[in-house]
Amino acid sequence: MVYFIVKRMIQSVFVMLAVAFLAFSLFRFVGDPITQMTGVETSVADQERLREELGLNDPFVSQFIRFTGDMLQGDFGYSYRTRQPVADMITERVPATLELGVVALIISLLVGVPAGVYTALKPRGIWTQTILMTTLVGVSIPTFVIGIMLIFLFGVQLGWLPTFGRGGTVQIGNWESSLFTISGWRALLLPAITLGVYQLTLTMRLVRAEMMEVMRSDYIRFAMARGVPMRKLHYKHALVNTMVPVITIIGLQFGGVIAFSIVTESVFQWPGMGLLFLESIRFVDIPVMGVYLVVIAFFFVLVNLVVDLLYVAIDPRLRLRDVE
Amino acid sequence: MIAFLKKFEGLWLFVHSPSAIVAAMVATLIILGAIFASWIALVNPYDLASFSLFDGLLPPVWQDGANPKYLLGTDDQGRDMISAILYGARLSLIIGLSALTIAAVIGVGLGLAAGYYGGRFDAVVMRIADVQLALPAILTALLIDGIARGILPAAIQQDLRVAVLTLAIALSLWVNFARTARATTFVQMNKEYVQAAIMMGQRPSRVMFVHILPNILGPLLVIMTVDLASAILLEATLSFLGIGLPADSPSLGTLIRIGMQFLLSGEWWILWIPTLFLIALVVSINILGDFLRDIFNPRLR
Repeated sequence: MVYFIVKRMIQSVFVMLAVAFLAFSLFRFVGDPITQMTGVETSVADQERLREELGLNDPFVSQFIRFTGDMLQGDFGYSYRTRQPVADMITERVPATLELGVVALIISLLVGVPAGVYTALKPRGIWTQTILMTTLVGVSIPTFVIGIMLIFLFGVQLGWLPTFGRGGTVQIGNWESSLFTISGWRALLLPAITLGVYQLTLTMRLVRAEMMEVMRSDYIRFAMARGVPMRKLHYKHALVNTMVPVITIIGLQFGGVIAFSIVTESVFQWPGMGLLFLESIRFVDIPVMGVYLVVIAFFFVLVNLVVDLLYVAIDPRLRLRDVE
Repeated sequence: MIAFLKKFEGLWLFVHSPSAIVAAMVATLIILGAIFASWIALVNPYDLASFSLFDGLLPPVWQDGANPKYLLGTDDQGRDMISAILYGARLSLIIGLSALTIAAVIGVGLGLAAGYYGGRFDAVVMRIADVQLALPAILTALLIDGIARGILPAAIQQDLRVAVLTLAIALSLWVNFARTARATTFVQMNKEYVQAAIMMGQRPSRVMFVHILPNILGPLLVIMTVDLASAILLEATLSFLGIGLPADSPSLGTLIRIGMQFLLSGEWWILWIPTLFLIALVVSINILGDFLRDIFNPRLR
């Protein structure tokens, strides 16, 4: 158990180092940092002095070590475009993206898990067929089209919900939250549904497949033969055993949520990290691109680490394996 | 013989699956339309001289005020919607298919070699795949696009947009191929025919591509259809975000982005017709992919 955790942590560190290396290479080799930082009127001598001062003439390895060290201390450098510290630009945007992502994930689980269980228990029902067909179409509709459709229906035609921005926000320390005002929730609803729909179809399909697999297993048949009531059988015996894969889904979906939040944020002009990243690509703002990459990878590695630890908590068999 | 029977059985299943037939028909129709776009289309949407502003914003024929010359209406530039969509679909399909081909060549090549040689090579390829998997496809594609913007001189960037976009999509899709090819190659490696071929002293490349590859084509074909849908969606998404193709050579995604400007006004066709077209194309490819998966995975039948 301890061995397992330590091994996973070492792996995570290596993934983070790889991503940091990628970000460093981006910064170092895509365009010349010096020409980005200085204006046209800077003399060549001044440029060279700056290059020497910033240590850009040092050996590659020591530059990378310094880069990683700076990152660990929270120094992410400056944006080429706005000249602000990248760390500030990112932390300002983190709450918007995280709130959007978490609410989307909750929507996808609240709808996806029950729908998956239902379609697994009644595989031939008319509702199951309808749901399955709908999800196939749902997977095929790109996220941005779902967003446009929701904007058109609820924003333009019915006029119920706002179609851009975050609405009213409340400042809690450094965290700018839209979860405490009514206008904030109204603004959050459409983007969160847009982001949740794709994840929802994945959740549903995986829960369904897993549930069907479990229902076929021997211990379920035995419980059936013993006369355990169907309701208890379904929800106590079967569903609990599908929880491990469901947790895996959450871990995997987190990456999807973050990636598609770029699209969703662009459609709804949601002021999160995704929108920032998109702007930084358009303006070739390399430092912001690199830091975004590192931050996303960090969240991803963290979530997957927690997921792995949860496995052990949920499935007693994994704990036993260590004892043997 | 067995291969023939399998083909026969697949055909039999196909005839009995109405959704697969409809999907195949829609996909074929769109692909044919895209191939013969220059003959079918009224105007060349890339040639600004071939349409006039006087014909701008005409609705489809079933609405009042339409010009019967433009069946699905025109956009604000006076561009015929059918022509724009057919050329757009052609561009989307060209980019999607070439990205898929590149991804398949890289992925299958690496996956086969990883499964065949195992050991350190396998470990390195799979670690790269893991890191790549940690970054979702759309992020990878955006990143590659961003890097290309930084590296390429501004003068040739516009000319290379299609190539950059194709490469970005290809490099974000190769992992699926590599993992599937590797897993299935592992299974084949223990089979007698492979062992016999190795014993006979055949070159590794021959064993991999002549002996193993034909036996793992089934699962790879399924990945191909599913990933074709992903590639088309990815291209549409990038173009929609304004990262992909510019407005003067529109793909389906670019057309939808242009149409977004008309979301609040009455000209619904500029947005919704390309959107419907994209959805129809992707849904039909996905249905075919599902169908193929059922064929190659008898357990699900």
